[in-house]
Amino acid sequence: MTRSVLPGFKLTLGYTLAYLAVIVLIPLLTLPLKAASVPWEQLKATITDPRVVASYQLSVGASFVAACVNAFFGLIVAWVLVRYSFPGRRIIDSLVDLPFALPTAVAGITLTTLCAPNGWIGQLLEPYGIRIAFTRVGVTIALIFIGLPFVVRTLQPVIEDLDAEIEEAATSLGATRLKVLTRVILPYLYPAWLTGFALSFARAVGEYGSVVFISGNMPMRTEISPLLIITKLEQFDYAGATAIAVVMLTISFTMLLVINALQGWTTRRVAG
Amino acid sequence: MDDAAGGRLMVGTRPVRRLTEPAVVRWLLTGLALGFLGLFLLLPLAVVFAEALRNGLGAYLDSVREPDAIAALKLTLLAAAFAVPANLVFGVAAGWAIAKFRFPGRTLLTTLIDLPFAVSPVISGMVFVLLFGRQGLLGPWVAEHDMRIVFAVPGIVLATVFVSFPFVAREVIPVMEAAGTQEEEAARVLGASGFQTFFRVTLPNIKWGVLYGAILCNARAMGEFGAVSVVSGKIRGETNTLPLHVEILYNEYMFQAAFAVASLLTLLAVVTLIVKTILERRMHGGH
Repeated sequence: MTRSVLPGFKLTLGYTLAYLAVIVLIPLLTLPLKAASVPWEQLKATITDPRVVASYQLSVGASFVAACVNAFFGLIVAWVLVRYSFPGRRIIDSLVDLPFALPTAVAGITLTTLCAPNGWIGQLLEPYGIRIAFTRVGVTIALIFIGLPFVVRTLQPVIEDLDAEIEEAATSLGATRLKVLTRVILPYLYPAWLTGFALSFARAVGEYGSVVFISGNMPMRTEISPLLIITKLEQFDYAGATAIAVVMLTISFTMLLVINALQGWTTRRVAG
Repeated sequence: MDDAAGGRLMVGTRPVRRLTEPAVVRWLLTGLALGFLGLFLLLPLAVVFAEALRNGLGAYLDSVREPDAIAALKLTLLAAAFAVPANLVFGVAAGWAIAKFRFPGRTLLTTLIDLPFAVSPVISGMVFVLLFGRQGLLGPWVAEHDMRIVFAVPGIVLATVFVSFPFVAREVIPVMEAAGTQEEEAARVLGASGFQTFFRVTLPNIKWGVLYGAILCNARAMGEFGAVSVVSGKIRGETNTLPLHVEILYNEYMFQAAFAVASLLTLLAVVTLIVKTILERRMHGGH
């Protein structure tokens, strides 16, 4: 550390580390500690149980689909909010953060009510035999909702910072608008776009509140991994809950590393 | 503005195509964007209030004023009253250490602060059960001292502090970094004490950032469901927060009451968004 005339470094850093350790690190460390105390055979039996495997597949699969939907619409929403003007744009822009601000339980019961066979959306689809509530589609819908802001919010600043001269150069060299968009602008947005996708995916994998109501929680079909953890905890099967949680935490931390790498890429791209 | 943009687009005297998509494409994209947001954001908002008021204003007020709802509201406010100040003090301390000084492990520390965002809410609650529960690591110690942490109010507070941990820090660090250290250094050289420097120089620079973080922290603290659900035990009138109360009412098929309570949380979310928007304009205006 270079010498500084500013005081309080030891005090604030000490407090930061102590508080971080007490509130976050020590509690999180109980998970690997607990896992280490469980015999390997038992851990393996839990995480390879077909019901648990099905829950991982659902949590990861539905999160992936939801993140793809959010990547597609998020790009359009971010582009429209930055580049076009229309009445109510600022209000809509603020509203994009609603899924961050709305408690997940409220989102859960609301989406379920909307999509239930007698709900506003459900009753439109019911005559065609399409069911959303209590199916995997419902799980995906809830995950789209909670992941919605990520792609929009990571793309917006990058689109705002786009250098108009690049577009002008490409246009004056004779590129069509479509070519400018796909060959010039889109490649520039890739890192941020991917970051938004990864953030949306990572959030969805661990999501619980908005999903449990709409999923119907049928074992092997619409049961997500976080719900299985709760079920095991309620049966006081702490070893089983720990085994599932360790796998989920591994997925989350891998995503965190990927996101950090992507953000580094974004920063370098924007700075360069 | 238009003139300047138009001027840049002139090649010789012939105007080049404008740098935007054809009108049809613009309409199509705007329609898609608004349709998507309408379906996923506006429609759910409308449903909350439609369902809450389904049996009229009287029924709505009755559900909101019911004793269990009031008890849940009090516990939610209590949890936030611990979580927000605690994480606010931490956020400012972390901001000072990380933004004003350079030291090894600084990037790692920033990543560790974001850790609670990467953890599933259910796991966030579960670690406290593993730590303080009857079979937990500190379980015997907790029992010996005749305390209840898990399935009681302290557990709910701890889980709430955990999930809302990063919000203030992650807003304050970039704001403090952008402000630099020159003003503080000048104050020190001119003889101000450490506390004077902080309260007279630093705090005025970061106050909107701190408030912004606190608002988001509060929204998460009051709205947390998964983590609190694991540690609560859901004893009516005792360990129920508002989001948990919504779940119980909903699962008992008392839909109107569930949505009435949910509408309070929705109002909180809307107010949060409004304050957040105002603060964002303040902060950008300040630069």
